[in-house]
Amino acid sequence: MKLSSIGIRRVVLGLLGVLLLAALAFVVIRSGPLAPTRVTVVQAAEGRLTPALFGIGTVEARRSYLIGPTAAGRVRTVTVDVGSLVKAGQLLAEMDPVDLDERTAALDAAVARAGSAMAGADAQRRDALARQALAAVNARRTVELGQQNFISANAVEARLQEQASADAVVTAATANVAAARQDQQRLAAERAGLRQQRANVRLLAPADGVVISRDAEPGSTVVAGQAVLRVIQPSFLWVKVRLDQARSAGLTAGLPAQVVLRSNPGRAVAGKVARVETISDSVTEERVAQVSFDQAPSDLSVGELAEVTLSLPPTANAVLLPNAAIRRLQAQIGVWTLDGGDLRFAPVRTGLTSLEGQVQILEGVKPGTTVIVYSEKDIGARSRITVVETLAGQQP
Amino acid sequence: MISLAGRDILHSWGKFVLTGMGLGLLIGVTLTMAGVYRGMVDDARALLNNSGADLWVVQQGTQGPYAESSSLRDDTVRSVLGLPGVARAANVTYLTMQVRRASAGDAAPSSDNDDVRAMVVGFEPGQPGEPGYLVAGRHVTRSHYEAVADVRTGFALGERIRIRRHGYTVVGLTRRMVSSGGDPMVFIPLKDAQEAQFLKDNDAIVNERARTASNPSLNRPGVPGLLEAIQASQANNRNVNAILVQVQPGMDAGLSADTVAGTVRRWKHLEAYTRAQMEEILVAKLIATSAKQIGMFLVILAIVSAAIVAFIIYTMTLGKIREIAVLKLIGTRNRTIAGMILQQALGLGLIGFIVGKVAATFWAPIFPKYVLLEVNDALLGFLAVMVICALASTLAIRAALAVDPAAAIGG
Repeated sequence: MKLSSIGIRRVVLGLLGVLLLAALAFVVIRSGPLAPTRVTVVQAAEGRLTPALFGIGTVEARRSYLIGPTAAGRVRTVTVDVGSLVKAGQLLAEMDPVDLDERTAALDAAVARAGSAMAGADAQRRDALARQALAAVNARRTVELGQQNFISANAVEARLQEQASADAVVTAATANVAAARQDQQRLAAERAGLRQQRANVRLLAPADGVVISRDAEPGSTVVAGQAVLRVIQPSFLWVKVRLDQARSAGLTAGLPAQVVLRSNPGRAVAGKVARVETISDSVTEERVAQVSFDQAPSDLSVGELAEVTLSLPPTANAVLLPNAAIRRLQAQIGVWTLDGGDLRFAPVRTGLTSLEGQVQILEGVKPGTTVIVYSEKDIGARSRITVVETLAGQQP
Repeated sequence: MISLAGRDILHSWGKFVLTGMGLGLLIGVTLTMAGVYRGMVDDARALLNNSGADLWVVQQGTQGPYAESSSLRDDTVRSVLGLPGVARAANVTYLTMQVRRASAGDAAPSSDNDDVRAMVVGFEPGQPGEPGYLVAGRHVTRSHYEAVADVRTGFALGERIRIRRHGYTVVGLTRRMVSSGGDPMVFIPLKDAQEAQFLKDNDAIVNERARTASNPSLNRPGVPGLLEAIQASQANNRNVNAILVQVQPGMDAGLSADTVAGTVRRWKHLEAYTRAQMEEILVAKLIATSAKQIGMFLVILAIVSAAIVAFIIYTMTLGKIREIAVLKLIGTRNRTIAGMILQQALGLGLIGFIVGKVAATFWAPIFPKYVLLEVNDALLGFLAVMVICALASTLAIRAALAVDPAAAIGG
């Protein structure tokens, strides 16, 4: 009885000891340097991917007009307000013309006076012509009489001189008439110029549009070129998209686009690349493209932030791998392949990437190769690994 | 010859095992405390490893970017790239902040843990600073508004998180990416991070605009566009915290990094730290006080443990004083009795150590910060436990040898 009790105790104690040792062994194998790194793998497979470009941009007006005077002046009236719809040619604002009207009136008078001066010059010319005709008749008669020696040569020369003088007076009178006409033309042109200047202080809408800002009120002084009003064409809104230069390969005009506006993140609006800017931003290292809407949403606001995804045409068939599989070993890009339990680093050359994280492998991995995707920590060629289904969310 | 110790243990095995377990839990706490210290150091090293850099280029005269704040222009990286010996260089920003879950009405908002303390890292994809490995999801493919988070943040794939005014989608999860303080990291594209780090809130921006507009020298009537230009220049940020540099492989790593660091210091008028110097800054300066705090606690805990082991063995022996007297009466040699006590003490220590090690391993992952149980620490701990047990048993042995055999009869 006593012996068996001791025996039971011995067995129980032994079991406890074994249990403890087993727990220790488990702990040593599962944690610490002997523990294998858990990884997940994927079989490299061929396929096509649809690369896409992603950028953010702001809604901008394709045509935006700054309407202001061409010379410094004071604003007299502003007839429209922010939000007003305006038609091409509509009077939007007028600058104070100061003395332009009075100067026009003065020139009107000057032109009339020039007309009178021209009439006077014409009359003088006609008088000169009459004198010339008389002088010519007198001269001819005197010359005939002189040839027959009825009168002295002196008298003949005097008549001839009279005729030459009359000719010269006619020429002078004709020139006077031309001068008077030119004077009138000059004054008329000056008056036309002044009227244009007068028209220029009237600020007209260059196109149909909507007023987006009213920057100067009547009475305020603006310098040449400063905007009094800003007008945009609401029918021509587009998104100015900025794309990281490093991820902009394939960007061309005409690519289909999906635009998600910040005000409505649940809805994508279709569009396409209308223009790719030739000059990219060297400071932010971004390329700039304009994306126009196929059907612009009605509640679009200029300046709104938008996320734009551009779809590129599908690539040719190639090995595809998740981008989490791409690792870097010193200066080389490659993947860790698993060949019958042996870890090997295979340098690869990568091609395009889809936004879903698939990478085109141009060379370095054959289809069917087992490639390590996720790992608990950085792995090396001598790492011990165990392949598991998934690692996500598991505690270390 | 039968084992006296074994027979005695068999006699009162329950007490023995329970005492061993209790001792084990105490040792487990001590081992964990050592693990906490190692974890802190390892957090600092993990931060350096994960950045993948050989060299940190920071603002002149600072010990940034981890120990001090540092600020550089983001185009400095181009001139650094041009230096001889530099293979790759990339901008990086670090910002420790509360990252919120974006409860955009789609999911039931969880009230208690809506934000997570995290270090937001702005990195350039494919460059040093990028998370080297993932445990789920994918790397960032869009140049904006995507994030890779450490699993410790508790974020799930596809979840929307909020950093300042923008929402980010968690597209990948990684592991052991922590700041030197042990906060998990959230990786977002550099441009977003620059904005998150320096962008003011809307009220501040509006106030700043009004302030600029009311300044007559910045809002001159004769210079249209000046105010707009000034306000535009106030709203953007071109700063980063550090440049991570990888030196060209093939050269002697340490020498090459030192050479490049020297060039940067001399010609670029910036500060540069090699891996070893950065580790020195992090371990010896940044976490020095907390490490000393924990070290102090560890020492006290070790002393307390040793005292408790000694007292347990002493009281166990005192409990058997009558049996020892009988043994002496029947002529058992002192060596045998001392051996029995020593064996029992060492046995207790062994059980205690195993229980402690197992317990520490099981509860270490539950700790909010990383607890690293090193094998060297465990071996050292084992030796210490054995030595302490042996020393403690001497006290008990002295008491046992002093027992009068007559006590067995007279009592």
